[in-house]
Amino acid sequence: MSRMEATRDGYGQALLDLAENEKVVVLEADLGKSTKSLHFRKQHPERTVSCGIGEQNMLLVAAGMAASGYIPFASTFAIFTERAFEQMRNGVARPNLAVHLCGSHGGTHTGTDGSSAQSIEDLAIYRTLPNVTVIHPSDSVSTRILTKELAQSTSPSYMRTARNKTPVLYDDGDDSIQIGKGIQLRDGSDVAIIACGVLVSEALKAADDLEAAGISATVVDMHTIKPIDKDLIDKVANRCGAIVTAEDHSIIGGLGGAVAEHLSTSNGTPLERIGVADRFGESGQADEMLELMGLNAKHIEQAARKVMSRK
Amino acid sequence: MKGHPCWQLFVGDTMTTADELREVARACRVHIVDMVYRAQAGHPGGSLSEIDLLTALYKTQLNVRPNEPKWNDRDRFILSKGHASPGMYAILAEMGFITVEDLESYRVLGGICQGHVDMKWCPGVDFSAGSLGMGLSFGMGSAIAARLDKSPRQTYVMLGDGEIQEGSVWEAAMAAAHHELGNLNVILDRNRIQNDDFCETQMRMFDIPAKWKAFGWNVMEIDGHNMEDILDGLKFLSTSNDGPSILIAQTIKGKGISYMEDNPSFHGAAPNDEQYALAMKELGVSQ
Repeated sequence: MSRMEATRDGYGQALLDLAENEKVVVLEADLGKSTKSLHFRKQHPERTVSCGIGEQNMLLVAAGMAASGYIPFASTFAIFTERAFEQMRNGVARPNLAVHLCGSHGGTHTGTDGSSAQSIEDLAIYRTLPNVTVIHPSDSVSTRILTKELAQSTSPSYMRTARNKTPVLYDDGDDSIQIGKGIQLRDGSDVAIIACGVLVSEALKAADDLEAAGISATVVDMHTIKPIDKDLIDKVANRCGAIVTAEDHSIIGGLGGAVAEHLSTSNGTPLERIGVADRFGESGQADEMLELMGLNAKHIEQAARKVMSRK
Repeated sequence: MKGHPCWQLFVGDTMTTADELREVARACRVHIVDMVYRAQAGHPGGSLSEIDLLTALYKTQLNVRPNEPKWNDRDRFILSKGHASPGMYAILAEMGFITVEDLESYRVLGGICQGHVDMKWCPGVDFSAGSLGMGLSFGMGSAIAARLDKSPRQTYVMLGDGEIQEGSVWEAAMAAAHHELGNLNVILDRNRIQNDDFCETQMRMFDIPAKWKAFGWNVMEIDGHNMEDILDGLKFLSTSNDGPSILIAQTIKGKGISYMEDNPSFHGAAPNDEQYALAMKELGVSQ
């Protein structure tokens, strides 16, 4: 738990791992140094396409390559993927071309670049697209594993990675990490915390604090937002009878929205959602942003106590 | 069922003379008007402006196999102005990718001839179009893939002139020249009319050839209804391999149907019964 790495580094490493497959190509929009595709570019310049600062073009160049048998991984900041949303919808998702889009620097955790750079809606918008898998891993190891798994997929994906370092939660090469399968990191009976991305480690801290107060919490790393692991939601809902979701993303439409949608059609387990409360961020350090936005372990713990009172 | 009985003037890929191409284009025009009339919806104007170009391209230039539409080394044609789908469906039928009967499915639930051309629905279609400004980027990806494959296959993209008002077209134009994609060829259907009115009233585009030259493209201008001119233009595209090339074809929206020609009302409107009869008469079809 002590090692600290950014999920974007796991993405960059995975691209290098995938390079032995000659069909894997990388597309950049002048942010390869930031999204970490630069390592692939340096070793395989012939299979790296610079699209300049042109995200709309990048998405469709990737689509054209996918239609010709290649496996494109395109990356830029999460926020800039959004200007190519229609390209993702009509040019990638609709013809179901296996383009893998990675948006790095997602969430308010991105920090001092300020609100313009802090995508808090990416998971929500991509989740609405048919055929698109949406992933937001919690640490560098799972990012690396999930990215490599994407190369086997025959449909497109969106993955959000984070700029700043967070604790490494998994052992290298952990073969229990699979797209579409949430991971139960901790087993408890009083409340279940379902988290994604940078808030998984905050959820684990909250569970420690709750345990000290005599409350037993389950913690789930729900790295795949779509398709969401409904079986696991049902399992922890039945076991704990109260759920908290936690994400560095708008309270609208992301992980919390996906879990709420499912619970509303199953057993209606009480739910509290930790997320950005329908507002924009500002410049601040990552930890300061999590505090300001009400996303850190302290807030997750409070939400857990609140939802338990609703049982 | 409204419309002219389905029929086909030519089958096969051996036609090369300008006269023969003109005859295929005439048959395609009949298909186009039939499709839009039957559906009572669609885009006849841009289909009629592009059809001489598409006819020559498919009949003399594209290396494709109608009986093997997914053949890996086929040339790719990307109709970026995907609303002008009747034109593409017409030539696909004349080539034998689809049947003339298939044309009756245009805009019909479950039909392979979707409102905008769609690679998931129709054999011979390599790009799912719809939103303007997307085809050139997709074509660029196709051209890069061909280069990585060390394949001689060519990519052809047809753009509309109104379409190049989309900013992403210029992202692609800049990128294609940067990557020196000599296997990427564009035909611009310069029919001077877009949805609401003449382009000139919606967004003046000034010197279009100069813009493409400035972006690093090989440029040639032709009359997009003169078959000899078109064949010269296609030769230019096939011999300009040092970078991306564009054929700027001056065309007439609605070409071939008197009341549709140069008429913004027929960008996206179907003829009524009387207009349909007149169109057939002008196309030499006896009723």
